Amino acid sequence: MAFRAVISRRVTNRSSDIGARWMSTWWGNVEPAAKDPILGVTEAFLADPSPSKVNVGVGAYRDDNGKPVVLECVREAERRIAGHSNMEYLPMGGSVKMVEETLKLAYGENSEFIKDKRIAAVQSLSGTGACRLFADFQKRFRPDSQIYIPVPTWANHHNIWRDAQVPQRTFHYYHPETRGLDFASLMDDIKNAPNGSFFLLHACAHNPTGVDPTEEQWGEMSYQFKAKGHFAFFDMAYQGFASGDPERDAKSIRIFLEDGHLIGIAQSYAKNMGLYGQRVGCLSVLCEDEKQAVSVKSQLQQLARPMYSNPPLHGALIVSTILGDPELKNLWLKEVKIGMFCYSGLTPEQVDRLTSEFHIYLTRNGRISMAGVTTGNVGYLANAINKVSKSA
Amino acid sequence: MRQQVTSLEAHGFESPTTESAFSSTISSSSSASDRRLKALARHFVDSSPVMDSHSQNPNDTVSPSPTSSAFHADSVFAHLVRAPEDPILGVTVAYNKDPSPIKLNLGVGAYRTEEGKPLVLNVVRQAEQQLVNDRSRVKEYLPIVGLAEYNKLSAKLILGADRCISPLFYCLITHCMEYQDVRFKSPAIQENRVTTVQCLSGTGSLRVGGEFLARHYHQLTIYIPLPTWGNHPKIFTLAGLSVKTYRYYDPATRGLDFQGLLEDLSSAPSGAIVLLHACAHNPTGVDPTIQQWEQIRQLMRSKALLPFFDSAYQGFASGSLDADAQPVRMFVADGGECLVAQSYAKNMGLYGERVGALSIVCKSADVASRVESQLKLVIRPMYSSPPIHGASIVATILKDRNLYTEWTIELKAMADRIISMRQQLFDALRARGTPGDWSHIIKQIGMFTFTGLNSEQVAFMTREYHIYMTSDGRISMAGLSSRTVPHLADAIHAAVTSFA
Repeated sequence: MAFRAVISRRVTNRSSDIGARWMSTWWGNVEPAAKDPILGVTEAFLADPSPSKVNVGVGAYRDDNGKPVVLECVREAERRIAGHSNMEYLPMGGSVKMVEETLKLAYGENSEFIKDKRIAAVQSLSGTGACRLFADFQKRFRPDSQIYIPVPTWANHHNIWRDAQVPQRTFHYYHPETRGLDFASLMDDIKNAPNGSFFLLHACAHNPTGVDPTEEQWGEMSYQFKAKGHFAFFDMAYQGFASGDPERDAKSIRIFLEDGHLIGIAQSYAKNMGLYGQRVGCLSVLCEDEKQAVSVKSQLQQLARPMYSNPPLHGALIVSTILGDPELKNLWLKEVKIGMFCYSGLTPEQVDRLTSEFHIYLTRNGRISMAGVTTGNVGYLANAINKVSKSA
Repeated sequence: MRQQVTSLEAHGFESPTTESAFSSTISSSSSASDRRLKALARHFVDSSPVMDSHSQNPNDTVSPSPTSSAFHADSVFAHLVRAPEDPILGVTVAYNKDPSPIKLNLGVGAYRTEEGKPLVLNVVRQAEQQLVNDRSRVKEYLPIVGLAEYNKLSAKLILGADRCISPLFYCLITHCMEYQDVRFKSPAIQENRVTTVQCLSGTGSLRVGGEFLARHYHQLTIYIPLPTWGNHPKIFTLAGLSVKTYRYYDPATRGLDFQGLLEDLSSAPSGAIVLLHACAHNPTGVDPTIQQWEQIRQLMRSKALLPFFDSAYQGFASGSLDADAQPVRMFVADGGECLVAQSYAKNMGLYGERVGALSIVCKSADVASRVESQLKLVIRPMYSSPPIHGASIVATILKDRNLYTEWTIELKAMADRIISMRQQLFDALRARGTPGDWSHIIKQIGMFTFTGLNSEQVAFMTREYHIYMTSDGRISMAGLSSRTVPHLADAIHAAVTSFA
């Protein structure tokens, strides 16, 4: 309308009248950041108009029609929650009930460590948040330490410890020639690291390779960790999702616990409960005794407070509703399916061809999320991989 | 093979000290022992007889160690001391421990009804039902920057209509305007100069903004008012900024130390960041007038000081969303840049869902786009992407004309109840003849009153009257009801007369 146009013109004129000192931006030197190598894949996928496009990038579960899955146990939990709780702040350490149930999954239903209250644990913003809190904690209380990260690993691990200002080293993990574990080099790296080094270990379903040590190999690693006095930090993002059995997927952790290590664990419900967007997880640190656990927990809270004050409620309610009800918990255990990553060995150039010629989206390191593969697209996918790798 | 024994001992394999400890651990850990034995055995060229007479497995080449935590003599974190309770959240912790039936929690700024109960807004319940019933909704990761629709609506909520028009036109326009679907938008939004990212409530928005500034801004000092919310200094320090203060509260008048504020901002280095409470200053409840805001704005722009607004109480202070946003809009209207942290914790009662947003108003769309890409790099290694639930509720409400209108009514009711509590407390103190001038209770704005009580008086009130509040004398009016005002007035009266 006419007078509105007059108003806005008047506004623009007035703003240009006011001094020139702040007319230049403060942000002229800000470079555009590179797209996130994983989440950027989905962005590109969404923007692609091709009808035959396939997204095997992000590790989020799809049903056979490629539709994102919400577990029935989650839907039921939400029905029970809606309208029945208030939305007060959780404590800084999050939902006590959710954390208790979560520790049982990692440490065992009847874990002596839980009984003895030796675990310092806080609700975290999924796995990322747990890793970040631990990295910040490590920086603050072991400022001379560094973190050993496997090669390859989830790309964001490097970002997390970098932003926490903890120096990084890498250790051998994947063997490209065999497409398996480079165990000999891995053990060498453990032995050669300075005593008391911090190591990041994927508890199960290593991301991005899908290659895990055997139980025996975990045992040898544990022994060597003892010899060197290393600290084991487990990132467990796929418990239950790897083999279908949460107890089995926690075996690596149980081996280290049995061997007496005082470990740290990052747990996530993003994949195994499909609660991706709720950002629900847990950080735990096993301590010598209850008193120490109280101290450590209080310090973890001191790091959470200036980051987000207290963690979000909704996802925690879903988790504690499900795990606290035997019927819902059984339903969850049934619904937990296998999701796997496959490290295809394709080169970045081949990956680029998959995307540009076939509209197949995956991360440039050749990692394929099997959860994105359906009976409907597997033939197309196989054919495309065949074509690009032939002309390698 | 003495050598091997020595090396084993060096690795911490000990003889068990007590028979019972050994046998209990051996039976429960035989599989662990077996596994280790097998692993170890492979490392030896030939098998050797048992060297440890306590071994219960004579066929094994090495003696097992009992699995016990005695292996790890020291935790790598053994040197930690217990951190003190958070001064604000610690109040609720202490309150919860108190068994007294007359206890009163005036610590955290969470709204309570007349009955002293937490409140979930009707519009929130309605939005929740909609979300639950919508089976097509999924729980996928949000993008790093959060829910797009929510971000747009949040920017409009705070930046809204431009203020640079005469009050008469403004009134006419706000009457003609259709709730949020405003054709009369902030030019900054129309020109795509604003980047908005969903964050974890106010705290998260401040932290992300602070980290971004620490990486990309040229002046790494932030000035915060004295006093301010207890968490502000920690947030910005951890973000990597150097924190300084500017005078704000005048204890003598229990009002704004405007002269001191202007002096301190005048002597700040050019380009410094300045934290401003958009409305309902926490903890004092003392806000500048519109005229004072205009002076602040001119001073800041003349010194190229960068405004960083903390807007945690929009709509809660006066009852009007637009009125409470005026200071922010004034700064945006002059065409300059600024940061705004928003929270829906109080004004939508979404406390625990951690819903907020950071907006950065830039000179151009191109700059805003580059800024957004860098914000993502701050967020991704912190928590990857924000939680979906609370933002979905907010978006549902803000985009629906009826829900939005209903929200403004519920919000005004909350603000009105608080204003009424102020009046009641003031009247009660006057009725008791409590020494001192208590008019600041009704002059201050928002959820909190800075009573002027000292920490000794506060401790007394907690001990004798079971009143829980922060030691700086701040009380949350939202925690009061008509029923509990007399108790609080008694406590204040006793404290003031006992400790002059």
